[in-house]
This record gives sequence, C-alpha cells and structure tokens, in this order.
Amino acid sequence: MKEFQYIIKDEMGIHARPAGELVKAASAFPCDIRLALNGREADAKRIMAVMSLGAKRGAELTVRTDGDREDEAAAALLKFLEENL
Amino acid sequence: MEISGKSVFRGIAIGKLAIFKKTESRVKREHIRDVPAQLERFEQARETAKAQLRVLYEKALKEVGEVNAAIFEVHRMMLDDPDYTESVNSMIATQEINAEYAVAATGDNFSAMFAGMDDEYMKARAAEVKDISNRVIAVLQGESAGAPAAAEPVILLADDLAPSETVQLDKSRVLSFVTRHGSANSHTAILARTMNIPSLIGVDFPDDAAGKTGIVDGYKGLLLIDPPQETLDEYRARREEDEEKKRLLLELKGKENVTRDGRRIDIYANIGSVEDVALVLANDAGGVGLFRSEFLYLESEDYPSEEEQFAAYRKAAEMMSGKKVVIRTLDIGADKQAYYFGLDREDNPAMGYRAIRICLDRVDIFRIQLRAIYRASYYGTIAIMFPMIISVDEVRRIKEIIAGVKAELDAESLPYKDVELGVMIETPAAVMISAELAREVDFFSVGTNDLTQYTLAIDRQNPKLDGIYDPHHPAILKMLQMVADNGHAGGCWVGICGELGADTTLTEEFLRMGYDELSVSPSMVLRVRQRVRELG
Repeated sequence: MKEFQYIIKDEMGIHARPAGELVKAASAFPCDIRLALNGREADAKRIMAVMSLGAKRGAELTVRTDGDREDEAAAALLKFLEENL
Repeated sequence: MEISGKSVFRGIAIGKLAIFKKTESRVKREHIRDVPAQLERFEQARETAKAQLRVLYEKALKEVGEVNAAIFEVHRMMLDDPDYTESVNSMIATQEINAEYAVAATGDNFSAMFAGMDDEYMKARAAEVKDISNRVIAVLQGESAGAPAAAEPVILLADDLAPSETVQLDKSRVLSFVTRHGSANSHTAILARTMNIPSLIGVDFPDDAAGKTGIVDGYKGLLLIDPPQETLDEYRARREEDEEKKRLLLELKGKENVTRDGRRIDIYANIGSVEDVALVLANDAGGVGLFRSEFLYLESEDYPSEEEQFAAYRKAAEMMSGKKVVIRTLDIGADKQAYYFGLDREDNPAMGYRAIRICLDRVDIFRIQLRAIYRASYYGTIAIMFPMIISVDEVRRIKEIIAGVKAELDAESLPYKDVELGVMIETPAAVMISAELAREVDFFSVGTNDLTQYTLAIDRQNPKLDGIYDPHHPAILKMLQMVADNGHAGGCWVGICGELGADTTLTEEFLRMGYDELSVSPSMVLRVRQRVRELG
C-alpha cells in the first residue's frame, strides 16, 4: 500500500469538473484507490463519493493506493493533484 | 403593455410568447411484481439519458467551449456512478417499486446529502443530482426533458433557466430568453450571450402572457406585450436591418485577419468584466487585448481581496482557454473613483494621482492585485500591462515588486506561469522614451484616447473642445509610427487598445505602420476583420 498527503490549493476545492477528471485519472488503474479527509473515506473511482468529500481549499487529503500498479497510480494521482488542484 | 428589465444581450426579437415550465416530475410510487422488467427499464432510460448528455456535451463544446461543456460530461459520469445505480437497483428489487420512484428517491437522497454540506458549491451539486435524476425520469415517462413544447419559434419566458435547460433548447425555436430572476453574471446570462440570443432578465411578466405577441428590445431592455401595429412594423424594420448586418459579419467568423496581399494582424477585444468574455468568444476575437481590472474595485464596497480577484482573472483565463488575456492593472483616479480609496479632490485629475502612480505609492494594494494575476496565470495565457507610464524608472520599480511577488508565491508553492509584461503608451513622455521602454518589456499597447488628450492638450471632458479634438491629428499618427518602430526595434509586439483601433478608416494605416494587434470592443471585432480582408 502507498499513501501520501496533499493540500488542496485550488480556490474552489474539488468541484465538479476536476472531480470528474480525478475519477477518470483514478479509473485508469486496476488497484484500489481511496481518498480520506477528516475521517471520511471515498472511493476515488466514484464521482458522487469524491464530490461528497466536499474537499475545499486548504483541506489535507490522504490518498491511498493498494494493489496492482499502486506505485504508478500514486505517482499519477500526485501529478494530477499538483497540476489541477 | 411594456415591461422593463435588464438586457443581457442586445438585439430585437419579435414573436409569440411562451412560458417555460420546469418539468417538475410528479412521480407516483407503484408496487410492481416484475422486478427484472423495472431494472431493465431503468437501465434503458439511463443509457438514453447518457446519450442525450453526450449530444449536449458536443453541442456545448461547439457553442461555449470545453470549460463550460465539461459539466455535461460530469453529469454523464454521475449516471455511471455505481453508488447511484446500485441504490436505484436495490430500491427496485427490495421494495418492489417502479423505476421512476426509485430514481426520484435516490436522487432526493443524494441531493440531501450534498445539500446538507455547509457550502454553496455543494448545494449546487445537489441541484445537479436532481437534474440528472429528472432527466432519467423524463425518459422513463416518455418525455424529452425540458424542451419547450412549441412548433413555431417563440420568445421564451421563464422564472429562471438552468444551464442544462438553456443549452438543450432547440435554438431554432427560441427567439429570445426573458427571465424573472437571474443575474447578469449568471451562467444562463453568459450562455445566452454566447449563443447570440437577445435576452432580458429581471422582467416581471404576467402569467397570462403566453400565446400573445411580444417584442424583446434588447437595446433598451424592454418586453412589449401585444404592441400596436405601428410599433410592430417599426421593430420589424429594425430587426431586418440588424439581421442584414449580422449576416454579413457572421460570415467572417472563423476567417483570418489577413489582407488580400497576405498581411496579418491580430484582432483582440477590450472588456470591462468577466461576463464580457462570452462576447469575446461570440465575436471570434483572437484574445483579450485589454481587460480593465477597475470593475473589481469600482463595483466593490472595499478593497477587493486577493481571492476575489484571483477568481475573476482565473475565470477569464479559463474561458479563453489558452488565448491571450492582457490584464491592465488598476487604472483608477481621474474620472473613475472608488470612495474607499479616500482620494483627495484634485483641480486637474487627468494629470493627477491616478493609475500606476497610486499603485507605486500604495504598494500593498498593487501587490495584492499582482499576486492574484500571477496565480491566475497558471490557468491560461495571461499578460499584464501597466497604465500611465512616464518613465523607465517606474517600470523597473514594478519589476522589483513583481520579483518579490513571485518569490512569495514560490515560498508558498503556489503555481504560476511566465507572464508577458507590457506598458500602455498613453503619455507623450512614453512615446518619446519608447526605445528605452522597449528594452524593459515584452509589448506596447497604445491608449489613443489619453494620448490624444495629452498630446493635443485637449480635455476630453470639455464639450466645447469637441470640434478640435482630432485623433487623426498628424502629431498622433507620427507618434503611432514612432511607437511601432521603437517597439519592434526593442523586440516588443505593438498594439493599439484605444478607440482609434476600431476606426476602420485607419486600419490600412495601422497595417502599414506595422502594428501587430488591434484591440477593439467585442462588437467591432468582425467589422475590423471585414476591413482588413478588403485591403491590399
């Protein structure tokens, strides 16, 4: 299992459009990918769950990847977050 | 009957009035026996709804660009979300109920979950879950979601319209939007403008207007119901004129700004607020050549925060999707006043404490604006220009402040991109030292209005002098040539963003002088393009 933290810098937080893109990015990998925030957890491949985290600017998001190609998935998600959020 | 409101897009529409009713789907709970049949109905309806969203996405992509179209793709993903589909399926199976009711109940549950969160953005998500659920229900009930039931083109009256409603309307059947609510900043108003449909907001129309004849006057912001014949004739004639002009100009959309002998020039647009970006796109300008940032200050009760400014600049950059946006830093003072700045009354404000002079004196205000612009630069292609420059020293001080701002952003690991820096050439001093200025910056943009006033020593506000205020004065034209030559020699691109840029009697002259860019009001872009294409 891989895990890293990321602080959301985007003004509007994970709003609809980037949530969609994040789900697409996560769905490209076979492993389990979870986002955790304030004790709540969401499957990164499910858009409703990702949006329901309500991650705003300044929120510290924990990303966990577990399973096939977990290293690659963690790197890809970090890159996505840095570029978009 | 005549009702006034606020126009969000100019133009004239004449036609039958129709009232748009939201399809508030009334869904009854029914006990069913054939569970697999209901599951199959849901699955089919979901596929149909997804196909509709794909069409909407493609349509919006063409009409309003990728950033605005993305919402329909997100809607499609929501319909694919297993949390959503599993909830519907399990309700059908365990409670033995009809698909419509299961979809409605699931939509309500998710929507309540989002709406319970304490922020406006999530409340908007709640509305979206309802929106997608209503779409599926409409399919199940055999209606096409939200389309107006009209055979002939109508003026559409509504309380308000959701973005998904405006974009999925068959535009060939809508002459105009008239809404009771909504703001000039609302998504709907922006979309309406992008779609080039004359539209009004804030019009309190009577409920019995449906079926009557109406006129929308998007110039004056009026809705006329059952107008007398002579008024109707008058408006018909005006509409003909408008349409003839529009038809000629629209043929120029997507065409290049190139003369018959192959010379090119960029035609950008001047804007005074983020909402105007829609007009820039609708008129096919190559970029924004002058984004007057004053509106943020003038419309505000207090100094606008970094976050407010960042949001506005970022939105403009994103909507222009990579095309250049030149932001002019605060140009306040003289005829533009915000009381909270506490500026003194001046005898000669045009030559007074204004624009860059305020910014270099009250660096705290300037720094906030620069931070906001640099942060927004990450989301598109932004350039910055500085107004009322009279010396090289001013430019160097600005660059020092910018170096400080970038260092701060680096320390906070906030991303930004390279930003072109330019100066407005609007004082005779700037013209005379343009060779030196060109070595400091990336571009020049000539503000012809102030340059004319300062060069000819004519107060623009004094109507007695209108007769001798001559922007074609040889002194101005010689200066324009000098600015272009010195700018190019110093490696700058040069443009004109003053009113003179849209003066088509001079377009040929500007090309000959070597200008790279003309920035004009959005409504003039195609007219200037037309002129360029006639030349050579």
